[in-house]
This record gives sequence, C-alpha cells and structure tokens, in this order.
Amino acid sequence: MSDAAKLTSTQYIEHHLQHLTLNLHNFAFATKNATGFWVLNVDTLVVSSLIGIIFIAGFYVAARKATASVPGPWQNFVEMLVEFIDNQVKDTFHGRSQLIGPLALTIFVWVFLMNFMDLVPVDLFPRLVELSGIPYARFVPTADPNVTFALSLSVFILVMFFSIKVKGLGGFGKELLTTPFRTKNILVKLILMPFNFLFNLVEHLARPISLSLRLFGNLFAGELIFILIAILPWMVQWICGGAWALFHILIITLQAFIFMMLTIVYLALAVEEH
Amino acid sequence: MNLNATLLGQMITFTVFVWVTMKYVWPFIVKALQERQQKIADGLAAAERAERDLELAQHRIAQQLRDAKVQAAQIIEQAKKRSGLLVEEAKHRAQEEGDRLVAMAHAEIQQEQQRSRLELRKETVNLAIAGAEKILEQNIDDKAHANMFDKLIAELEE
Repeated sequence: MSDAAKLTSTQYIEHHLQHLTLNLHNFAFATKNATGFWVLNVDTLVVSSLIGIIFIAGFYVAARKATASVPGPWQNFVEMLVEFIDNQVKDTFHGRSQLIGPLALTIFVWVFLMNFMDLVPVDLFPRLVELSGIPYARFVPTADPNVTFALSLSVFILVMFFSIKVKGLGGFGKELLTTPFRTKNILVKLILMPFNFLFNLVEHLARPISLSLRLFGNLFAGELIFILIAILPWMVQWICGGAWALFHILIITLQAFIFMMLTIVYLALAVEEH
Repeated sequence: MNLNATLLGQMITFTVFVWVTMKYVWPFIVKALQERQQKIADGLAAAERAERDLELAQHRIAQQLRDAKVQAAQIIEQAKKRSGLLVEEAKHRAQEEGDRLVAMAHAEIQQEQQRSRLELRKETVNLAIAGAEKILEQNIDDKAHANMFDKLIAELEE
C-alpha cells in the first residue's frame, strides 16, 4: 500500500473490488461503473481461462503419459483425484454417462484452483498489473458472480437436458405436474397440477441460484476479509492474515467439493424417477 | 454484484474445458486405472495359482516320499529275507560238504585199514612162509604154492 497516503480505506477497498471491464458498446477499457449487460469482465475471463488452461495442460500431460505400469508422482496425484471423483460419481449417479465424470473433475479442479487465487496475497497481482498500466484487476474469478452463475447455469441446462433425454419431454412434463403431491383421483390431480408445477419451478430454479450464490458468497466474503486484513496495521496483519488463510484453505476445498457434489446429485436426480 | 456478458463467456469457457477433459483427459486416465487394476488382479491371481501349484507339488512330494519309504522298506525286507535264505542255504551246503568230506575220510580210512590189513596179512603170510621155510629148510616153490598162499590169505581175510 504505497499509495496509502493518497487512498482512504474505502477507496482502497473499492479499488480492489473494481473489475477490469470492457464495454462491448464502445470497446472502452476500465470505465468505472460500466453497467448494462454488454460488458465483459476481462480480468475474470483472462484469469479463469489461464487457470483452466493450466489445469487442462497439467492433466493432459498426465493423461498422455498414463500407463498401467508404475506411475510417477504427478500421474499418481492425477489418478488419485480421478479415482476419488469417479468413486463419488459412481456412488451417487447410477446411470451410465460419459459426461458426468469429466464434468465433475473439471468443476472440482477448476473451481478449486480459482478459489486458490484467494490465498495469493491480495495486493500482489493487482500491484503487478498496475505497474504495467492496467488500473484495475481482480484475481479471484469465483468471487465474481458471473463465473459462479456461468457454472451453475451450465449445470442447470445439463439437468434439463438429462431430464428430457431420460424421461422424454412428456415424462418430464408429467413429473413437473404430478409430483410431489400425488393422487389417484383425476379431479384432485387436475387441481393439484398448478401447485405441483409451482413447487417444481421453485425447486429447479432455486438450485442454480443457491449453487452459484453459495460459492460466490464464500469466496467474495473471503476476499473481502483479506482486503480488510490488508488495511490493518502491519503488526497484526500477519496474524490475522495467517489465521484466515489457514481457515480459508478448508473453505476453498470444501466449496469446490460441495459444488461438484451437488452437480452430481442434481444430475443424478434428473435421471432418476421420483 | 452485476451480471453481464462475462457470464456467456464463462459458459463457453466452461463448456470447452469440460469437452477437452471429456475428450482428452478422463478416458486415458480411467483406462490406465482399469488396466492397472486388471494387471494387479492378474498378478494376484497368478500368485494364488502359484501358491496352489506349490501346495500341490508339496503334496506330491510328500506322497512320493511316502511311496519311496514304503518301497525301501519292502526292498530291505526282501533283502533280509533273501540274505537269511542265502545263509540258510550256505549252512546247508556247508553241512553237506562237511558230511561228504567226513564220509570220504571215513571211506579213505576204511580203505587204508583194508590195505594195511592186507599188507599186514601179506607180511604175516610172508613171515609164516619164511618161518615155514626155515622150519622146512627147504625152499618152497613160490610159483607152485602161490595158489595155496592166496587161498590162505583169503581165509585170513574173512
């Protein structure tokens, strides 16, 4: 915080919470308070893509070299992860799908790595890019709701796709209208239909929202606390920062795991009959 | 918190990553895992089979050892029997030989006796003749009286 003299605490925090934006209307970079839908958070896109590419590259190397003979340390680690996730998928998801395993692996590792950016000192990367002339940048992609919503909406679309694929359009529609309140009486059935539909609507819509907001909330709060710790006097910073970072290791892993697990569960529910 | 076009960008990125993972990462690792599992299972099965083979072999060895012992015992038994037989036979033969030798000796002794008796008799006859010659002072014609002496010897022999 070399600019501390020039910045108040509020300004410092605001600065840290400002995305590097690209307005798609006039292609202006870093305009403050760029609102509207057609704005890109360039920092989020770049950082998350870089992290994803690192993940894919690392795993691709392991996958290319994967043999049934004695594995090296990296292959061992990757295999351990894959096996762990494969077991989770097999325990929960009883259908056969080529997609669920890779999907769960991608979510878990990618989200974990994006969360992990939270443990990098809050001023390190922003300061570095500031030196190269970029005024704002946020480096925790999962603290951006766009990322978490992108993930949860993709999962939502997959759930819809699987529901319709397995049960058929009619079967899925019937499920929406006749559960959770069931009856044999035709008349009562008709009366219950709107209520059932409302229930299911809320249930299906609440899932992606809760899924994304849970991750976003945890990571945003975590980031904010790191920022707040950063404006404390330096004598106490390392104690608070250290303690919070240790605790945060648990949170980022847990949140990545929860996101993955719930994705599997939702997809499992989509293919199972009620 | 404002949602914007980043959402769409992220969804595309996410889709691409999932696709790449599904296409180029997951299958290879899972395949390697399954292959290793198969390999380990095969190895364990082979080990078990080898153990069973070993047990069988040991069983067979024990059986063969037992058979060999029985056979050896039989052979020893036979040998003992045979040696006993041989000793018996040898004894028998020795006995026969001894008896034969004794009989031969007896016969020889008898012959010797006979001969010495004969000799003695001849001597006696000669002495008697000599005595008679002296008595008669006259030579007896050997040839003329041989017959009479032979008769006399035969008489003495009886």
